[in-house]
Amino acid sequence: MQRSNPRLTVGIVVLAAFIILGGILPFFSPEDPRSWIKHPRNEPPSAEHLLGTTNLGQDTFWLLSYATQNSLFIGVFVAFFATLIGVFAGLAAGFLGGIPDRVITLLADVFIVVPSLPILILMSSLLQGRASLILISVILIIFNWPWPARQMRSIALSMRERQFVNTARFSGSGTLHILAEEIVPHIFSWAMANFVNTVLVAIATESGLAVIGLSSLEEATLGTMIYWALQHQALLGQRWWWIGSPVVAIILLFIGLFLISTGISSLSAERRGHGDA
Amino acid sequence: MQFAKFVVTRIIAYVLVIWIGITVVFFVPRFMPSDPVESMLGRIMTRGAYMEAEQVEAMRATLTQAFGLEGSLAEQYFGFFQRTFVTREFGPSLSMFPTPVNELIGRALPWTLALLLSSTIIAWIVGNAIGLLAGYKSRWVSSRTLEIIAIFVYPIPYYITALILIILFIHINPIFPLFFSVRGEPFSPEFLSSAIYNSILPALSIVIVGFGWWVLSMKALSSSISEEDFVYFAKLKGAGEGRIMTAYVLRNAILPQVTVLALQIGAIFNGALITEILFGYPGLGTMTYNAVLQADYNLLMGTITISIIAVATSTLIIDLLYPFFDPRIRQR
Repeated sequence: MQRSNPRLTVGIVVLAAFIILGGILPFFSPEDPRSWIKHPRNEPPSAEHLLGTTNLGQDTFWLLSYATQNSLFIGVFVAFFATLIGVFAGLAAGFLGGIPDRVITLLADVFIVVPSLPILILMSSLLQGRASLILISVILIIFNWPWPARQMRSIALSMRERQFVNTARFSGSGTLHILAEEIVPHIFSWAMANFVNTVLVAIATESGLAVIGLSSLEEATLGTMIYWALQHQALLGQRWWWIGSPVVAIILLFIGLFLISTGISSLSAERRGHGDA
Repeated sequence: MQFAKFVVTRIIAYVLVIWIGITVVFFVPRFMPSDPVESMLGRIMTRGAYMEAEQVEAMRATLTQAFGLEGSLAEQYFGFFQRTFVTREFGPSLSMFPTPVNELIGRALPWTLALLLSSTIIAWIVGNAIGLLAGYKSRWVSSRTLEIIAIFVYPIPYYITALILIILFIHINPIFPLFFSVRGEPFSPEFLSSAIYNSILPALSIVIVGFGWWVLSMKALSSSISEEDFVYFAKLKGAGEGRIMTAYVLRNAILPQVTVLALQIGAIFNGALITEILFGYPGLGTMTYNAVLQADYNLLMGTITISIIAVATSTLIIDLLYPFFDPRIRQR
């Protein structure tokens, strides 16, 4: 029987809170949270404004929920495609070997070493804050597929020689069948952990770009919230609720995601320990 | 022989990294929906400078030439590499005309190197030392507490740590100055002390995040190595605790940590760029940011190209240091 995994549980609870905040609540928002001067400015938290209001007269709570939605969208979009591309590239490299292996490994190594942020900065500066979230996500996918690819390749290499794969091969299964029946279940939990981790990395990179005002300024993400708070001197004005809300949200969200990703890894390690040995 | 092969492979990878990195930098402005010349012209005009039609034309021609956008794509491509590697000339800065971009980068690069080197080395050494102890003595309460702290610190991105430090130590408790300011002649005692004083917070924000990762990964490595047979044998043999920890566990656990350090340099650099901007630290990050704000295309291309070369070079250096940690590559 499975032992309880406190890390995973805490992580899932935290993430669930954010999914409610970003995935469901924005649809109940009384107004477009981005629009200015809807409320008195710089209000402290109250029953009406749970996290107070910003210097621009926005409700911080609804803005936060809207920003969370966009950040989560970027994270999931990037992680889905980066993991998908990475897993297939890595499996192809590991199983085909030879020239495809060399080309894929080399490309992966190069994209791991080239720092992504300067290139994102160059791109955003040319677009002058009009970079769409989709475009930024595509660039993030380009820089995030190599990690799963590297890992998948080494898994594929070791898997090629594993007992259960050979057994399946000798009992007459085709390559595709072996892939679908034997290998995919084996790597699924690993790919899940990687997926969650990439969600984290993608949100972190976009927010980093946004904090310095180089993401899409027309949209609200957790990072652009911090940017506007900094631009309007929330620090000097000691308006901690405004700048604090996205900062605390990012910290909680990332700890939650990290706990889930390590939780999944340790869970699958435990299972393998019981199953294979 | 194996050592020679190792070095050659790494150098080929290094050249390829730089080549692909520079190629990406070359193609990004050319495949963007907006034309850099037009957008730059637009910005100059919106700043209120009134220009005659001929002046606008002349400006357009100058910008096209300054950005290396003349001729066919192939010509531009070769011209770009020639400018980067042969003449090493990025032209004059447009915002601080006529100071050459090279001179500006020469001023900023040592700051970035000093910040990154010191904070990365401190985080790596302290993090690994604590991780080693925590992994070897994994039953200690303090080891577990430490791991929990590391779990909560590691996933927080650099700029959030930086913001928290700014809020805590610049705004709530004003221990450190609001603006980065260095006094005195270069390398005088006053200069050094004020530079270090001003750099403590930026460095701390990089150290804290890196620290979490090194503790976590080192703890995982050393606790699994501590259970290996050869460590058990060393214990039976009567080797001292300190010797087992360093000569048996550390020796084996440190290898992956060196490899990971080489792979992480790019990510650490990304984080340091934003940290610099938030603190106003006078390095490459802040300079890149100012170049963006002031539409200084030459300076921007210069800092970004140098960033890629700097990251690739530090990765290569760490890779080449690897044989000093791993005798298997060195001796054969």
